[in-house]
Amino acid sequence: MYDFAPLIDSINTWLNGHLSPLWAGIVSMVLLGVAILAFYAVLGLYLVYAERKICARMQNRLGPNRVGPGGLFQTIADLIKLLLKELIYIQNADALLFNIAPFIVIVASIMAIGSIPFAKGLQAVDLNIGVLYILAISSMGVIGVLIAGWASNNKYSVIGAMRSGAQVISYELSVGLALLCIITYAGSMQLSEIIKSQEDGWWLFKGHIPAVIAFVIYLIAGTAETNRGPFDLAEAESELTAGFHTEYSGIKFAFFFLAEYMNMFIIAALATTLFLGGWLPFHIYNFTFFNNLMDYIPPVIWFFTKTAFVIYVMMWFKWTFPRLRIDQLLALEWKYLLPISLLNLMVISFLTLMQWHF
Amino acid sequence: MEETIVDINLKDKEEYVINMGPQHPSTHGVLRFETCLQGEKVKWIVPHCGYIHRGIEKMSEKLTYPQMIHLTDRMDYLSAHINNEAVALCVEKAMEVEVSDRVKYIRTILAELTRIASHQLWWSAFGMDLGALTTFFYGLRDREKILDIFEETTGSRLTQSYITPGGLMHDVHPNFQKKVKEFCKYFRTKLPEYDELLTGNVIFRERTIGIGYMSKEDAIDFGVTGPSGRGSGFHCDIRKIEPYSAYPKVNFNEITFTEGDTYHRYLVRIKEMWESLSIIEQLVDNIPQGPIMLELKAIKAPKGDFYQRVETARGELGVYIVSDGAPQPARIHFRTPNFSNLFIINKISAGHKIADLVAISGSLDLVIPDIDR
Repeated sequence: MYDFAPLIDSINTWLNGHLSPLWAGIVSMVLLGVAILAFYAVLGLYLVYAERKICARMQNRLGPNRVGPGGLFQTIADLIKLLLKELIYIQNADALLFNIAPFIVIVASIMAIGSIPFAKGLQAVDLNIGVLYILAISSMGVIGVLIAGWASNNKYSVIGAMRSGAQVISYELSVGLALLCIITYAGSMQLSEIIKSQEDGWWLFKGHIPAVIAFVIYLIAGTAETNRGPFDLAEAESELTAGFHTEYSGIKFAFFFLAEYMNMFIIAALATTLFLGGWLPFHIYNFTFFNNLMDYIPPVIWFFTKTAFVIYVMMWFKWTFPRLRIDQLLALEWKYLLPISLLNLMVISFLTLMQWHF
Repeated sequence: MEETIVDINLKDKEEYVINMGPQHPSTHGVLRFETCLQGEKVKWIVPHCGYIHRGIEKMSEKLTYPQMIHLTDRMDYLSAHINNEAVALCVEKAMEVEVSDRVKYIRTILAELTRIASHQLWWSAFGMDLGALTTFFYGLRDREKILDIFEETTGSRLTQSYITPGGLMHDVHPNFQKKVKEFCKYFRTKLPEYDELLTGNVIFRERTIGIGYMSKEDAIDFGVTGPSGRGSGFHCDIRKIEPYSAYPKVNFNEITFTEGDTYHRYLVRIKEMWESLSIIEQLVDNIPQGPIMLELKAIKAPKGDFYQRVETARGELGVYIVSDGAPQPARIHFRTPNFSNLFIINKISAGHKIADLVAISGSLDLVIPDIDR
């Protein structure tokens, strides 16, 4: 009912009809880039706002409530402040690497946004290896973090960066294995195909208990991959002041800050797409009236509601748990999550082989 | 490159030194830990103090005893009432006078409220040290109620200067008893939340159990008193050893554990809050009538040496007065708990990770102005 493909197609035909194929390609790319960037900025700002409101709710506070109705424009004001702030250059820092690091981090997360399906047809690129692409791109961000820590020429930053490197490399495995479970079920790495395979039920429900285990592991490992509490060892403000971004100021700091929230969004969006049926509405078997009613809600709203739920859970982690120590963090991954994920993957492969899933 | 003193102390090429402080989130003030690390492992720590030295002991020599009270507020600002009480008790001991029961009861109630408020703030900050940011707001929410009681009675929230030699500045506010009883009832329902949020948490227990072991012998050698010492089984509660004010009249337990790790230093403080509540509840209904200030001609100690110790929220505070009969002390010394508690940190955190160092220094509950005076 709500298919975006005809709209996109008509824009494409119109462009091709009025311009040469080369220019049509360039114009559509620019349009797409502007759309993604605008979406990225607005979403990033409002995730920061959401986090501040949610954490305030958990801490008996009100949160931002001065700028605009309910403090809605607070983060925009903050962004303007960060844009106008002085960029401090560190004397003994490696200037090139120091300046390039925030861009690596933010570009990695922008690129990952490009292949997330927000609704039917509303996806910038539908790669046939979509899951692999997102995993590969989003782990590129850690290179930026490592460079930032190293180039700052600050011991705290180096400790933070090394922690981040160890953490992301370890938890990448669990994230990959958890996603591999669903890829095994769905038989495709293309995100649109994976969503299509869930039309008769989300993988979380029809994938038996192994899918639930994979979902929980994915949530834990995904939180760790975004360097968020209780796994925020790279920042660890009580130990390392601010970890790898101690020396950054102004808009460069804002880049790290925004990228953290967008990485969280990407992790949540991937969880939604693979486990919670993406933009598909919630259906109950043989309950036609309810199912028809659910179909009236646009898929974009379904997608964002599910993603918001996963993001809320991740924020909930952050504001209630203490931080782990680095050796405990690695022990959790290598001693518990990784063996469980491997076993889980074997069980799922067996189930798929025997065609025992619904 | 020039070889610095620090470089000479490094045995290994992989070792490096970082300065935690004087401006650092985990030191809760201007304390500096010169920390040698190998990777993330702490090799040794040299605490440097003196960044907030104000010369309170020297300044006190020019002030009369009632004037001196105001300076003691600024030592351990979280135990202001108890610091005042220590000086007041020492001067009263020197003058061989005894205050009325009413004063004793009020002093004890205020001291226990101070202890609860101090432990609440410690609990809040300790959670922050471990990365659990929500504890801060839970602790401060409840501490606010105590500060309101202080404000109503003493006119001040942090540095009260209410207890003076010879009694109290003025009588308590008419609402005092009602408010204190309300607070006790309220806090008995809120204290279990502290356990729910932090004590039972798996990550929290992993982070604290077995970390920063301090033996009883170490505690005695270094003079670690208060909850930090009692977590190691050192019976050092002055309220039990040398009861003062209204403590002989109340029943309470001295909380001790023998494990001596961060987790048990934490538990001592949580359980002490329950004990303090019970002490307050025993006293608040029975405050007798009586004068709140002794009729004294002049407040001055006779010639001689006098010593009085009290139990603050952090340990044993001793006041040593050398008097030549003048209204001012000839020499005064404060044996402050934090100064003694600080220097064990090298012994108990060497070999642990840098994250544990933060947890351990949090569990010692250091207040920096009390170290430097």
